Amino acid sequence: MSISTSIWVWIAALLTLMIYSFLYKENPFYRLAEHIFMGLSIGYSVVILWYNYILPRIYEPLFFPPHQWSLIFPILIGMMTFGIFSEKYNWLIKYPLAVYVAGYAGVQIPLQLQTMILRQAEASFLTPDKFTSLFSSFNALLIFAGLVTTLIYFYFSAKREHGLGGASQVGIIFIMIAFGAAFGYTVMARISLLIGRMQFLLQDWLGIM
Amino acid sequence: MKFWQRFLNLDRKWIFLGIGLVVIIPLLFPLRLPVKPSKPVIDLFNRIDTLGVDNGVVWVVTDFDPGTMPELMPMTMSVLRHCLTKGTPVVLHGGLWPAYIGMAKMAMDNIAVEFPDKKIGEDYVFLGYIPGVTAVILAIGIDIETTFGTDYYGVPYDSLPMMEGVKNYEDISIIVDISGTRSPEYWLMYGQQRYGVDVGIGCTAVSAPSYYTFLQSGQFVGMMGGLKGAAEYEELMERYGYPTGRRPATVGMDAQSFGHLLIVVLVILGNIGYFIVRRGERKVGIERRKE
Amino acid sequence: MFIRRTLPILIAFCIGFAMLIQYFIPHPYSERFYDIVVQQWFITIYAFMFIFAYRSFFSHHIRKVKRRKTGYIFSIIAIASALLMAVGGFATRRGDFFDSLYNYLYAPLQATMFSLLAFFIASAAFRAFRARNVQATLLLVTAVIVMIGRVPLGDYLWRGMPDLIEWIMTVPSMAAMRGIRIGVGLGAVATAMKIILGVERTYMGGT
Repeated sequence: MSISTSIWVWIAALLTLMIYSFLYKENPFYRLAEHIFMGLSIGYSVVILWYNYILPRIYEPLFFPPHQWSLIFPILIGMMTFGIFSEKYNWLIKYPLAVYVAGYAGVQIPLQLQTMILRQAEASFLTPDKFTSLFSSFNALLIFAGLVTTLIYFYFSAKREHGLGGASQVGIIFIMIAFGAAFGYTVMARISLLIGRMQFLLQDWLGIM
Repeated sequence: MKFWQRFLNLDRKWIFLGIGLVVIIPLLFPLRLPVKPSKPVIDLFNRIDTLGVDNGVVWVVTDFDPGTMPELMPMTMSVLRHCLTKGTPVVLHGGLWPAYIGMAKMAMDNIAVEFPDKKIGEDYVFLGYIPGVTAVILAIGIDIETTFGTDYYGVPYDSLPMMEGVKNYEDISIIVDISGTRSPEYWLMYGQQRYGVDVGIGCTAVSAPSYYTFLQSGQFVGMMGGLKGAAEYEELMERYGYPTGRRPATVGMDAQSFGHLLIVVLVILGNIGYFIVRRGERKVGIERRKE
Repeated sequence: MFIRRTLPILIAFCIGFAMLIQYFIPHPYSERFYDIVVQQWFITIYAFMFIFAYRSFFSHHIRKVKRRKTGYIFSIIAIASALLMAVGGFATRRGDFFDSLYNYLYAPLQATMFSLLAFFIASAAFRAFRARNVQATLLLVTAVIVMIGRVPLGDYLWRGMPDLIEWIMTVPSMAAMRGIRIGVGLGAVATAMKIILGVERTYMGGT
């Protein structure tokens, strides 16, 4: 491989280096790159919305047969969002927000309860199938103890007495292990992102990898 | 003690330089340390590997933007290669937020080059962005055609031969959500819990620890976590004779190893310095009090 | 006042409650209502929410340019970039030029911004990660084990390392994460209830 001859690759490399200039200190090149990014993201979403959604899902169903007149109602509610452009009619935005946020809250409740609470609790129960070997029994007991003591640690409404204090002290051990593991994984993620950019610079741009 | 004091106040630009070097050097001079696949990755691989043509389509979602591309794009490419080589019909859904569709388009363009004999619309389908986030997940459970209307290129849904008879989650064998956000939880709640579809994920290393809870409960079929997860999937692809492309995740593993090693060394030295300086300061304090 | 304050709260209650009980009523009418709300209302209304983002972006930058605030030139660049992407997309009907803007401008910019964090996390770990007490030591030791064990180097140093990491992730770490997850789940359910009952109104602007 050899150094890239594509003007686009060179632009990408230049922008990459402009961002990395921030490591030396805050400078106009970094700010320039940052603002180009902000602008591009807005422009991109406009185009994607138009071609992926407005054309096939709004324009065509409304203006070409078979017309979907039922879309008019949500469109009217949605258009109330334009209220943000007027101080006088600012309150109109409450209507689309009420429908979307509250409707979504209603859908969410049973699913949240089942997925995040009941099935999680169920998976921690000490059922006979978890005691097939010494190691699996140990793990099952540890998971159960870890879950219960973590919940006790976050139970701030009660005083730390009658064993609650001791249990929450055990809970913090599990929490620290979890946070330590999470930190290790976070380091991993950040290094991976740097590897990706270096692969681009060394492979796609300079062609020395 | 003076050495350690100066060391603890080391200009951070030296640390930046060190990190840059430990990433660049292994990329240029790789050691090729072996990658051992872990259980969550093996589970996901096996699940996709055992799917037949009649099991329904594999629904791959690119819920990530360029910010997490180095970790997640290799996963996306591996899963797509896996399905296309096996002849499993695969849908690539361009994600739940608008910026993510560019990632899916990038993957699609690569696939078109790597698999010139596979036809879009017949062997694989590319569906675009629809606003609504969780509403889109729910809407797929009702009717995919009404939800999307067309594919990314504007071809009407009823003109896509592969999607004939694909109406909702009942016709999808597995959702593979490749995500840099909280979207795996959304697919779990609104797809798996509500409609019973299987969900497997590829996620960033940042999110992976919090998703082990769904693996243990059996709610996720399997998981690729971070660049290491992507490298493990590439390793399995290699072992079973599937095409792997340039294996970007595996290539990055040496740099990953040495990047971690440097940070661990810095943490250890930082702590040694901290305790030496603290002990020295205590001694000085005691002597002053004595005076 | 009714139309401005009370009616939106009433609507929120009705739609929220209806969508909640719908889950428990598998009647065709109930399911038809659910289909319409999800497929048409939610998706269409959500699409209009992008107006918030566009308004915030353009009003911020246009105001900066009008008032000639420090760095207003960058605001001009931001607006010009937005227009370039939009015009590029519409003029080519999302053609190669549009894809190239994404692949070679947008993508490297964002990817590089995020990759900066690798440098800062290394520096922060060196300066702040101290074994000051038992809890901090536990956190530090786990982090070090995971950092070494989760990469091929760990496997190279000790064959049992990957299994140890898998055990940490699936047993002690998972137990605590599950506790946190259940807590978050309970919080989300409580917030959803407050929204439906009109106790939580900040999403409407706090009135």
